[in-house]
Amino acid sequence: MNVISNKWIGQRTIRPDGADKVTGRAAYGADTVMPGMIWARVLRSPHAHARILRIDTSKAEALPGVKAVMTAKDVVEFPLDKSVMLGIQDMRWMCRNVMAREKALFHGHPVAAVAATTEAIAAEACALIEVEYEVLPWVIEIEDAIKPDAPILHDFIKLDGKPSNIAGKLEHKLGDVDAGFAQADVVIEREFKTRPVHQGYIESHACLVSVSPDGKATIWSSSQGQFMVRAMSAYLTGIPQSDIRAIPAEIGGGFGGKTIIYLEPLALILARKSGRPVKMIMSREEVFRASGPTSGSMSKVKIGATKDGKIVAAQGTFYLQAGALPGSPIRGAAGCAFAPYDIPNVHSLGFDVVSNRSKVAAYRAPGAPIGAYAVECVVDEIAEALKMDPLELRLKNAAKQGTKAAHGPVYPRIGFVETIEAALAHPHYKAPLGKHQGRGVASGFWFNAGGESSAQVNVTEDGNVVVTTGHPDIGGSRASTANITAELLGIDYKRVSVLIGDTATIGYSNLTGGSRVTFASAMVVTQSTEKVITTLRERAAKIWKIDPEAVTWDDGEARPAGDNAGKFPALTLAEIAAKASETGGPIGAGVQLNTAGAEGGFATHVCDVEVDLDLGIVRVLRYTSFQDVGRAIHPSYVEGQMQGGAAQGIGWALSEEYIYDKKGRVDNASFLDYRMPVCSDLPMLDTVIIEVPNPKHPQGVRGVGEVPLVPPLAAVSNAVYNALGRRFYSLPMSPPRVLEVLEGA
Amino acid sequence: MAKLHVATTINGEPMEFLCDPGQSLLDALRGTLGLTGTKEGCGTGDCGACSITLDGRLVCSCLMLAAEAEGREIATIEGMAAGEDLHPLQQKFLEMAALQCGICTPGMLIAARNLLERNPDPTETEVRFWLAGNLCRCTGYDKIVRAVMETAEEMRGAAR
Repeated sequence: MNVISNKWIGQRTIRPDGADKVTGRAAYGADTVMPGMIWARVLRSPHAHARILRIDTSKAEALPGVKAVMTAKDVVEFPLDKSVMLGIQDMRWMCRNVMAREKALFHGHPVAAVAATTEAIAAEACALIEVEYEVLPWVIEIEDAIKPDAPILHDFIKLDGKPSNIAGKLEHKLGDVDAGFAQADVVIEREFKTRPVHQGYIESHACLVSVSPDGKATIWSSSQGQFMVRAMSAYLTGIPQSDIRAIPAEIGGGFGGKTIIYLEPLALILARKSGRPVKMIMSREEVFRASGPTSGSMSKVKIGATKDGKIVAAQGTFYLQAGALPGSPIRGAAGCAFAPYDIPNVHSLGFDVVSNRSKVAAYRAPGAPIGAYAVECVVDEIAEALKMDPLELRLKNAAKQGTKAAHGPVYPRIGFVETIEAALAHPHYKAPLGKHQGRGVASGFWFNAGGESSAQVNVTEDGNVVVTTGHPDIGGSRASTANITAELLGIDYKRVSVLIGDTATIGYSNLTGGSRVTFASAMVVTQSTEKVITTLRERAAKIWKIDPEAVTWDDGEARPAGDNAGKFPALTLAEIAAKASETGGPIGAGVQLNTAGAEGGFATHVCDVEVDLDLGIVRVLRYTSFQDVGRAIHPSYVEGQMQGGAAQGIGWALSEEYIYDKKGRVDNASFLDYRMPVCSDLPMLDTVIIEVPNPKHPQGVRGVGEVPLVPPLAAVSNAVYNALGRRFYSLPMSPPRVLEVLEGA
Repeated sequence: MAKLHVATTINGEPMEFLCDPGQSLLDALRGTLGLTGTKEGCGTGDCGACSITLDGRLVCSCLMLAAEAEGREIATIEGMAAGEDLHPLQQKFLEMAALQCGICTPGMLIAARNLLERNPDPTETEVRFWLAGNLCRCTGYDKIVRAVMETAEEMRGAAR
């Protein structure tokens, strides 16, 4: 690790994009226009499962104002028998998700799209498209989808040689679980269910696309990765990546849900056909019906411990909904579930289950909250059976440096123990509770991620600095980049501008996801800035006619060192920049890396609730998150991640769920009926930042954004149990369900 | 159907525009008038991203017809700062990191300003219930509520 003076790192600086965001200037996906722009709308399947026999678009095409119509035949087809992976997405499924091909697989699945001079005409034209469907039996829930006689979504998906809705399996094994359970004095096995929940970003998917007569395309859209937008759009339209410039709009929330595209390829095809720029915005109802969510789940977890509180064996089976096309986050569920603990014998198994729902998208620590919910509730029951404090039990079994995890790694220095110790020592954990109130705890793990990142650091002619990186800033990462650059250069952070480049102006950078952006940006920005500093020293040496090795860079200026110390007055960044032309040309450096060393993140949460026995309402009274973040480059935005994750977890635990009607349609596709926490639902969300530096990172950073959603489901559940003495094994613990359980008492 | 002519006042400036009879005020602001600082999150009045004030009353501009703006006084986020001088709420939101993605921020600021105009000394509960119509998915509201409370305190101090 670098020696860092901490002048800017760890400071709560004003974010570079802040003024634009509080004044309405910041341009999001829906906020731009182009001359001659037209509008497109999508025709969506009214059926949960239907074969598409015929599509007749002639009446729509004849409507005045209609400029282009498209269907699946305009999208590049990827054959079913050959996987083409792009990141975590398989283009076989992507080409069928953006536009239904052989079958409509869920209610809301796109079937056709129309571009017209107004949105109203486009919508009217959609209604004129004739689609002949053969309605097929459909299946929504996991327990129905895995029955032997279930309606099959895809004949080509086979399990044991027979068509099945189980599309994938993932298994982690460590030691011998049977032998482990044989040593246990207490064994508890429970089954759990969670419902699908939506990422709930407030900004709907939106894009504006233009294709020039020479075939060059410009995409303006809101996503978690302009390079992902470019690559997927290229794959689905056949346009070379070099001919697509994907410009990242400001993103109005993503939480994983914008690591995938829905509209861009349709707009590209319509723009190409019509010769006009095409704008598309999903309605909120479309967002709920056809984008995201994360999986619903069915899990079974069994844990065995000796009477002194040592967990000796653990087994988990996690069935996750993929939606209509394969690809649920079983890796997160099965991989993260037992990862916080040092358990010698583990067997963790995940199943990917398709059903007639919209294809799931990533959601903050994809899969991990599902696994942790089941495991952390059972751990709570083990603690109770052993009459141990639940945090003490976790402390006794906590993974630490050298622990072999079932999902593969042997941990380097990690900070899980520190999160538990901090929770034990915190006044929250000892605060008295009133009637019908309870306290719950839970812990969680997320892998974190490295991967490809690019940065360019340029010194301007007047001696300031512009940093460009390639990942959309979803929650303040530009502020972290400014802090790091200012720190290394020894200049005021206000002299550093940080921008997000488009695909034509900065090198390839992987998605904003996996809690990788601050980790990875810091690495490429650090190396780029160090190169700039080397150049600055060389230029000063040239001016002084001494050896560059005899020049140091301190506090924003070049100083002669060694034998030359004091011989020349120091040269500031501005002075060297002013002479850049005569000393060798522009000063700047870019670095592109496949970053590695993103070590896992851990958190422990403490939650107090009060249950209204008459109304069945569970209210969170107090919530404190303890998380090892490695190093907080900008503490406010680290806290913000912790608070935001906790709030989403509270929603998942208490109020959020997809509700389907008897025809396989989403019945609550609005913010009114899909109940995310509002301001009056929540208390202050306290945070305790723990910094156990990541030894593999120049500033010690660990990923921060995703771990906060892992513990809350169980923390809230365990608190409700503590308040009521009744356990819930299914989420959400919404008022009707709470009353059901209370009345059944 | 023929377009309607609307004469209104937006952020203190007289404005005229044409609208369809069925067009929402939000659509006219964002589309016709190019005032894209006001955001659309749902179009059904559930998220508050399109919050504006109409004659000093907080409303969702997606739930109002553009034609209803005739003769009224509208305030949007674009009018909140006076040139380079941010409103104390805007400044406090920046200092206290009360925004992450920023899409709810314009609506949140308009709603918060409206609260402080009515109640310069709100309790935490009053802030939370006043802002309950403005969804934020990033922050968990903690830093927003703190920023509003602190701004209120500072503004009371300045008014004294």
